[in-house]
Amino acid sequence: MPFVQLDGIEVEVDEDGFIQEPDKWTEELAAAIAKTEEVEELTEDHWRVINYLRGYYQEFGIAPMIRKLCKETDFKLKYIYELFPSGPAKGACKIAGLPKPTGCV
Amino acid sequence: MAKFDETPIIQDPAKAGILAPPPIREHATAAMRCWPGKAKDHKAIDLPEERVPDWQQKAIAKLGELLEKNKALRVYMDICVRCGACADKCQYYLGTGDPQNMPVARAELLRQVFRRYYTLGGRLFPDLSHAAEFDEEMLEKWYIYFYQCSECRRCSVFCPYGIDTAEITMAAREIMSSIGVATKYVTEVVAKVYERGNNLGIPPLAWIDNCEFLEEDVEEEEGISLRFPVDEQGADVLLVPPSADNFANVDTMIGYAKLFHLLGIRWTTSTYCNEGGNFGLFLNYYNLKKVNKRIIDAARMLGVKTIIWGECGHAWRAGVLTPTLNGPMDMFDPPYPYHISQFIVDMLRKGALDGKIDKSANDDYLVTYHDPCNPARSSQLIEEPREVLRASCNRFVEMPADTIREKTFCCGAGGGLLTDEVMPIRMAGGKPRAMAVKHVGANYLATPCAICKAQLPEVMSYWDVPVQVGGVIDLLANALKL
Repeated sequence: MPFVQLDGIEVEVDEDGFIQEPDKWTEELAAAIAKTEEVEELTEDHWRVINYLRGYYQEFGIAPMIRKLCKETDFKLKYIYELFPSGPAKGACKIAGLPKPTGCV
Repeated sequence: MAKFDETPIIQDPAKAGILAPPPIREHATAAMRCWPGKAKDHKAIDLPEERVPDWQQKAIAKLGELLEKNKALRVYMDICVRCGACADKCQYYLGTGDPQNMPVARAELLRQVFRRYYTLGGRLFPDLSHAAEFDEEMLEKWYIYFYQCSECRRCSVFCPYGIDTAEITMAAREIMSSIGVATKYVTEVVAKVYERGNNLGIPPLAWIDNCEFLEEDVEEEEGISLRFPVDEQGADVLLVPPSADNFANVDTMIGYAKLFHLLGIRWTTSTYCNEGGNFGLFLNYYNLKKVNKRIIDAARMLGVKTIIWGECGHAWRAGVLTPTLNGPMDMFDPPYPYHISQFIVDMLRKGALDGKIDKSANDDYLVTYHDPCNPARSSQLIEEPREVLRASCNRFVEMPADTIREKTFCCGAGGGLLTDEVMPIRMAGGKPRAMAVKHVGANYLATPCAICKAQLPEVMSYWDVPVQVGGVIDLLANALKL
C-alpha cells in the first residue's frame, strides 16, 4: 500500500487515495485531501457534510444513504456535487476519511 | 473522471444509433488493468493470499481439471474456425478498437495455452499449432484482457457454432483465482458479503436504520405509511434486492414496498443476506455457489413461503441456477426462482392491479428499456420488464433492434468492471448503449440492474446524452394509486 505526504503527515492510502488509517484523520489532513479532489477551500457547508458523514460512520460503520445525507444536511444533491465535484460517495467520503464505497454504486 | 479526449475513440461515428466498427488500434487498452486483490480479501474468500510459487503447473493442471469437468469448454476450445462473426460484436472492441478485445482474440489467449498443453500438435510443434506457453507475459495478458470482458455473452449470440465466449472468460478467471490472481474490486465485494451480508458492506444496524429512514421519509414526503420490514420471521416473501437499492437506488426500494403494500403481502428483507448480487459469478464456481446459498439459508431461517429476486442482473443470472448450485427449492411455494418482474406480470395478469395504475403519472417521461446483459441473455427475462413498463407508462419506445433483447449491449461495467481504475474502458464500453439511447431521444432509461444503474448515468453524462436512469419498478410505483 502506498504512503503519501499530506499536510506534513505520512499516511497510508489505498490505490484510489482513500486513507487506510482512520485514526490519523485530522481537519488539517481533510483540507490536504480536499486539494486532491478539486476542492480548494473547505467552507462551512463542506464541513456540514463532512461532519455528518463522520458522525454517521462512527455510529454505523458505513456511509449514510445519499438521500439521508441530503435530508440531514438540508442540501440538495446537486449542491453536494457543487461542493464535492466527484460526488458524495467518492470525493466527500475521501475527504471525511471514510473508506471507499464498493459494490454496485 | 479520467477523460480520454486525446484519443480518437471519442470521434468514432454512430449512424441511426448504431456505432460503426472502429479502425484497429493495436494495444489501445493494453495498459488498463484492475487493481490486484488484497491478501486479506483473498483469505476471506478462500483464494491463495498471493500468487502461489508453482503457479504455472497449478494453472495448467486447473485448466485440465476444467476441461474434464466442463465438456462444453472442451468443445469451445476445439471448434472455433476464426470466422470473425464475433469480432465486432463486443462493446469493448467497438468502444476501444483494441483488436485484443475482439472476442475471438480474447478467447485465443486461453486457446493458445490449451493447445500447448492439451493437444498433440501443440505439445510437439507449438509454433505450427499457434500454441503458447503459460508464462509471465501470458498471465499478464490474461489478467488485463479477461478483466476487460464483462461476461455479457453478446458475442455468443452471433457465433455460428454457439461458442459461449463468456464461459471462456469465466474459465480463465477461475484458473487465475486458483493461483491467487484476482482483482481487488471483485474479491473485496465477495469478502464483504461473507462479513456483512451484502456487497456494499452495510452492517445490520445501518440496514435497519436505512429502512426506518425510508419509512419516515415516504410518510413525510408522500403521506403514505409504508413498511420496510427487516428479519420478520414467517413473512410470506423474502425479497433479495441488490444492496444498492437500500443505499443509492432508493426509488427502486420504495417501489418494492409500495407494490407489496398495495397487494397486502407480508414481506421482509434479511440482514443475513440482504444482497442478491453475486460477484462469485465473476470469480470462481466455489464462491458463486457459496454466495448464492446464503439466499436459501436466509429464506429457511426466516421460514418464508417464497423468495423474490429484486432488480439485479447478475443476481438473477445466478438465481436461475439456484437448483443446480444449491439443490432443490421444493421447500418453497412455486414458482421458483422468481423475479420481481415475473411477479408483477403475474399480478397484472391475475387482475390484482386492475384500476390501481394511473399511467398518466409517467406522462412526462419518454421511456426506453435497457436490457441488462444477464437477464436478457442468461436468464430468460426479456418480455416481463417490458410488460411492466407498458402497464406503467404511456410513452415507451424501443432502441434499435440490434441493441436490445438478446442483442443488447452490456452497460460497459458488468462482470466486475464497475471500478474506477478502468474508467476509460467503462466509458468506451458504454458508448454503443449511449448512441442508441441518444438516437431514440428517451428521457428515462429504465433498467432492472444495480450495476447498470451505477454505470449508465456516468456513461450518459460522458457521452452527453441527457437522460435519467432508473428502475423498472420505480415507474410502476410512481403510477400506483395508493
